[in-house]
Amino acid sequence: VIAIRAAVDLALVIGLAPLFAGIVVRTKAICAGRRGPPIRQAYFDLARLLRKGAVYSRTTTWIFRASPVVVLAATLAAAWVFPIRSGEAAFAFEGDLVLFAYLLGLARFFTMSAALDTGSSFEGMGASREAAFSALAEPAVLLSLAVLAVHTHAISFVDAFETLAVAPPESGRVALWLACAGFAVALLAENSRIPVDDPTTHLELTMVHEVMVLDHGGPDLALLLEASMIKLLLFAAVFVRLAMPAASRPGPVGGAAFLAGLLGVAALLGLLESVVARLRLPRVPQFLVSASVLSGLAFAVHWAAEVR
Amino acid sequence: VTQPTALFGVALVTSSALLAVGAAGCAALSRVRPAWSAWLGTAATTAACAIGGAGALQAVLRGTRDVTVRLAWRLPTGPSLVGVDALSAFFLLCIFVVSGLAALYGHGYLRGHETPARIATASASFSVLVVSMVGVVVARDGATFLVAWEVMTVSSFLLVVFHDRREEARRAGIVYLAASQMGAVLILALFVVLSGRGGSLAFAGFSEARVGAAAHSACFAFALLGFGLKAGFFPLHVWLPAAHPAAPSHVSALLSGVMIKMGIYGFVRALGWLDPVPTWAAALVVAVGIGSAILGVLHALAQHDLKRLLAYHSVENVGIIVLGIGIGLVGRSEGSPAIASLGFGAALLHVLGHGLFKGLLFQSAGSVVRATGTRDLDRMGGLGRSMPVTATAFLVGSVAICGLPPLNGFVSEWLLYVGALRAGAGSAAGGSALAVAVVASLALVGGLAAACFVKAYGVVFLGTPRTDDLAPTEAPASMKVAMGFGIALCALLGLWPEAGVRLVSRAAGDLCRDASALHAAIAPARGLARATAVAIALGGAIAWARSRLLRGREVRTDATWGCGYAAPTARMQYTGASFAAPLLAPFSPLVPLHETAPTKLERFPTVATDESHPGDLAGEHVVEPLSRGIAAALLWLRLVQYGRIQLYLAYVFVTLIALVVWLVARGVP
Repeated sequence: VIAIRAAVDLALVIGLAPLFAGIVVRTKAICAGRRGPPIRQAYFDLARLLRKGAVYSRTTTWIFRASPVVVLAATLAAAWVFPIRSGEAAFAFEGDLVLFAYLLGLARFFTMSAALDTGSSFEGMGASREAAFSALAEPAVLLSLAVLAVHTHAISFVDAFETLAVAPPESGRVALWLACAGFAVALLAENSRIPVDDPTTHLELTMVHEVMVLDHGGPDLALLLEASMIKLLLFAAVFVRLAMPAASRPGPVGGAAFLAGLLGVAALLGLLESVVARLRLPRVPQFLVSASVLSGLAFAVHWAAEVR
Repeated sequence: VTQPTALFGVALVTSSALLAVGAAGCAALSRVRPAWSAWLGTAATTAACAIGGAGALQAVLRGTRDVTVRLAWRLPTGPSLVGVDALSAFFLLCIFVVSGLAALYGHGYLRGHETPARIATASASFSVLVVSMVGVVVARDGATFLVAWEVMTVSSFLLVVFHDRREEARRAGIVYLAASQMGAVLILALFVVLSGRGGSLAFAGFSEARVGAAAHSACFAFALLGFGLKAGFFPLHVWLPAAHPAAPSHVSALLSGVMIKMGIYGFVRALGWLDPVPTWAAALVVAVGIGSAILGVLHALAQHDLKRLLAYHSVENVGIIVLGIGIGLVGRSEGSPAIASLGFGAALLHVLGHGLFKGLLFQSAGSVVRATGTRDLDRMGGLGRSMPVTATAFLVGSVAICGLPPLNGFVSEWLLYVGALRAGAGSAAGGSALAVAVVASLALVGGLAAACFVKAYGVVFLGTPRTDDLAPTEAPASMKVAMGFGIALCALLGLWPEAGVRLVSRAAGDLCRDASALHAAIAPARGLARATAVAIALGGAIAWARSRLLRGREVRTDATWGCGYAAPTARMQYTGASFAAPLLAPFSPLVPLHETAPTKLERFPTVATDESHPGDLAGEHVVEPLSRGIAAALLWLRLVQYGRIQLYLAYVFVTLIALVVWLVARGVP
């Protein structure tokens, strides 16, 4: 039974992620007054890449070849501890939300190492910036998850979201909103979105995530692309469940609310990327620290409410 | 006495005897048969560690009775008390495992680079160091403890100054010795206060010592500072990044892997005597942990010297261990054994874990240093091709030390997170705030450590060589075997988290006074194991699918794409310094970086130089001004200290006269 559930989750995540990315791109196109590529474009891209051969740099070692596999496996495993279907996850245990964050950390470790494996200064630059931004965004991610855990007295995603949906604690929702805001900033940074990075280009000025995968091609690039789309989907999913307790209700109503929430986040992301400019690189750390401050503030509000 | 306890006692005595015989034999043979002597040293130490480790393992898993044995020696300090309990047994396990691997590695490390007689000296000091650490954790009275503690200091000092032709090693040795003596004085003060009116130095009486609130606070401060000096709490760590890199690499592995943990052992022991500690003390412990962890990893990030970088990571990891102790104290003051056992359990598991992965990292760094003759990161590059085993060992150590799944570093950090999140949900506002601070700083430290180890691994082993003059070759067999064991143990404890929980559950149970408190963590650990195993199977499936896809298709190699730049060179790769720069920029007030201004470029640039040297926040702003101040204050002693024998005879004479006058004045006939 567990195997079937795990397989269903896997299929859901792998299937939905390119669609989610497509909606973001389409929203941006509409905002810019273009028709834009079809929503299914990401599936076509993946299929095309999977049909290709591969070219490897002479400099690279097995790390470069292993990294797409590790990245995708770690990202998918992170999806397993998260309740994709409302109310249940393939694997749930106390502290699974820490595993979630650290599996994504493992994926990042290998992406950065593979970038350094090519010996290219451009990819080195990307890895260096990714390391800096993700280190500063990490406290925001874990603090927001900690707000969830402390607020609901549950250290597992499934239990915490269920408590939020079925028996929300009395002590007010302001703390959760602040945590949502902090998590949203982390979402933008961790998924290399505007205003931290620009997912559509790898020009020198925006060299963060895209430049790290410059030398990957063919099936390897397909694995990496899929993994980054899944990561975006997962962050959006956490955000939706944090912001909309109704989405975590068991049954079809909760599922529908969850999908609607994801659609909303995708549209919102496209809209945001259309109207906001990218930050100058030295400003990015301040932006990221603001995320941790928001989540920290959430605790202050939580305790104030508890005391009252 | 129960059977496991008796077995453990026999194992302990055998291994200590073997170590002592090995050390004596080594020293005796070093002049006559130097070549045999090195073999004897390695064989005796590894055999002793294997026997002792097996005994400790069964004691840790099956439990020991608290036995104290009285050794009625005719020493001026009176009889010695020795004994083992769950905490001692756990630390003994750490000592034997890490020392055994380090001894095996050291056999190949020094051979061919030093004369056999010198190798024999190092081998003898190594055995003495191991047996003295065993002495520290089994001592049950203050005098025995301090004797073992000082033997540990002296033997490790001899190993730190092993390369005594280098000024760096001599300086590091002096700083280390000074720091250790300062710590020993504070520990002595702690024992004196706790022994109270009765004056008995037996540990058993320390917890019943009735001391006032002020004396209690003083004891806490003595323990924090005295043991913190050995463990390397920030800002008392200054000796550590000097001493550990200066020593031969197998000794660095032993010093960072277990010797500094003796400070942790002493601190945890002292917290038991001082229980219950006030809330401010728990807050102080958490603050020390946060400071050590964050400042340790930030300083590591700034280093160009591979072994210094690893030494600063020891400061960071000691910080993480202290965070675990802090959560344990929060749990104890909240009266919640569940939280306390998670905190103490995480701290202890991290002690073992850090011993394993830091041993592995120092060993792989050692084989790099042995092969290249330099410790400078920015002169290396592409070593993974010529040293595949060393590179894999460093990668495994890196993933483990960053606390990433599926290795053992993650398990202890995960336990700590669970403890902190439980404390955050279930404590009063004060404890809850401490717990949340622990979560935030652990997350930051995790991100910074990942950045630092991607830098170290990437700059040393990946890319292309930055200089042509290094001709590295892979390490000899004994070093590879030791690293292989390290890799296997890191993986074992990572893939089987339940084993780690069981290893620490008795000791953690003792510390929170509820033997079965940590058993609640076994079910989540099984969940973690299941998720990890399935994730690895998934990775295997993806790898298989990928190789299926590429079969029969064109797969070729070419140059790295240079973004259109026609003449890239190896020197254009990101260096360690440039990799760390964007992350260090926002933290610049915390990490001193001494940079020479880059050469001004002319219109047609020729040669430009730019240097940066990482400093130490505590060294520059605390320790140096303080020691300068003390030295200045002590200048007046020169009034009496002229170095003339006549003058000193005069002092003796004057003192005698004065004493006689005093006695006569008091009316003594």
